[in-house]
Amino acid sequence: MQSDKKSDCAICTQSLCGVALIAIFLEICYYYVYIMKGTMPLKSQFLKGMSHGIPIALGYLSVSFGFGILAVKSGLSIMAAVIISAANLTSAGQAAGVTIIAAGGAYIEMALTQLTINLRYALMALSLSQKLDKSFTPGKRLIASYGITDEIFAVAYSQPGKLSPTYMYGMILISFLGWTIGTFLGAAAGQLLPKALTDAMGILLYGMFIAIIIPPSRKSKNVLTVVVIAAVISILFKYLLPSVSSGFAVIISAAAASLIGAALFPVDDEEEKA
Amino acid sequence: MSLVIYIIIMAGVTYLIRMIPFTLFRREIKSRFFKSFLCYIPYAVLSAMTIPAIFYCTGNFYTAAAGTAAAVVLAYFGFPLIVVALAASGTALLTGLIF
Repeated sequence: MQSDKKSDCAICTQSLCGVALIAIFLEICYYYVYIMKGTMPLKSQFLKGMSHGIPIALGYLSVSFGFGILAVKSGLSIMAAVIISAANLTSAGQAAGVTIIAAGGAYIEMALTQLTINLRYALMALSLSQKLDKSFTPGKRLIASYGITDEIFAVAYSQPGKLSPTYMYGMILISFLGWTIGTFLGAAAGQLLPKALTDAMGILLYGMFIAIIIPPSRKSKNVLTVVVIAAVISILFKYLLPSVSSGFAVIISAAAASLIGAALFPVDDEEEKA
Repeated sequence: MSLVIYIIIMAGVTYLIRMIPFTLFRREIKSRFFKSFLCYIPYAVLSAMTIPAIFYCTGNFYTAAAGTAAAVVLAYFGFPLIVVALAASGTALLTGLIF
């Protein structure tokens, strides 16, 4: 008993040290690149993509830590949790998927849930497909499409000019590392952390979403209007139509708000792109 | 019900959702309305995903609201993603000590 506790403690401490070290390392990389950016242009598109992906990877490291905790709590092994993260690279979809696995849900339920929760990626992929440079062959599109997430989309889409395959690969690779390593550490150590801490970590992902939404809303009243409409419809679904699954509610809210936005404030080319 | 099949379905559906529009859509979209729609959709999706879910994500409304407020203020002043996210989490943790 005594030795069990000791080894638990050791795993916990080691994992936490691991997270801290990786976080510090990435932080240093980030500021290094940030400082160097002004003095010399990053020649390699791959490195540029990686440097732009570092904040995403840091965020993922902490968010996927939460997913690791959730997966192990739902009865999955550490390896299964890591494989799910590596194969999916999506937060909300994975969380819902683990819940279905834990409940022994039907395969069709799994497929439909992933379809509704992740359908937003189809819209993002479509937006992003308009920004690809000429060297993006179909084969390269097949590879890069694996890495279209909310954050990668947001960062890539906000870049001026066209996107190259190597730039996308760099950003996807570092985000992938953050996501899978965080899952592993969370699955290995999460159960040993105090509940107050894991609860507080539940807000990380949403905090990141807020950081993506607010600056363009501040710049453009039109974006702000669309964001507010989407939020209001989403709230109405939650409290007036709770039977609608959250995945469907998000899709309907977002599509309605964007349709209203497109009808009321059509975007002129290259303007509005925040 | 096999875990392997669950994971294959999850990953397969998620990949196809991303891959089909990204790979098959090669022409420039001309419609101004559709372009505007695509321009707004990411912000609308993130907004609908965040609100009201963010107020339930810590299991305590007060800590979540405090974390949200911290995130909104820092995001307004343009801090990087990771700073905003960690500040939200830290604020939720600290207010959790009170409520």
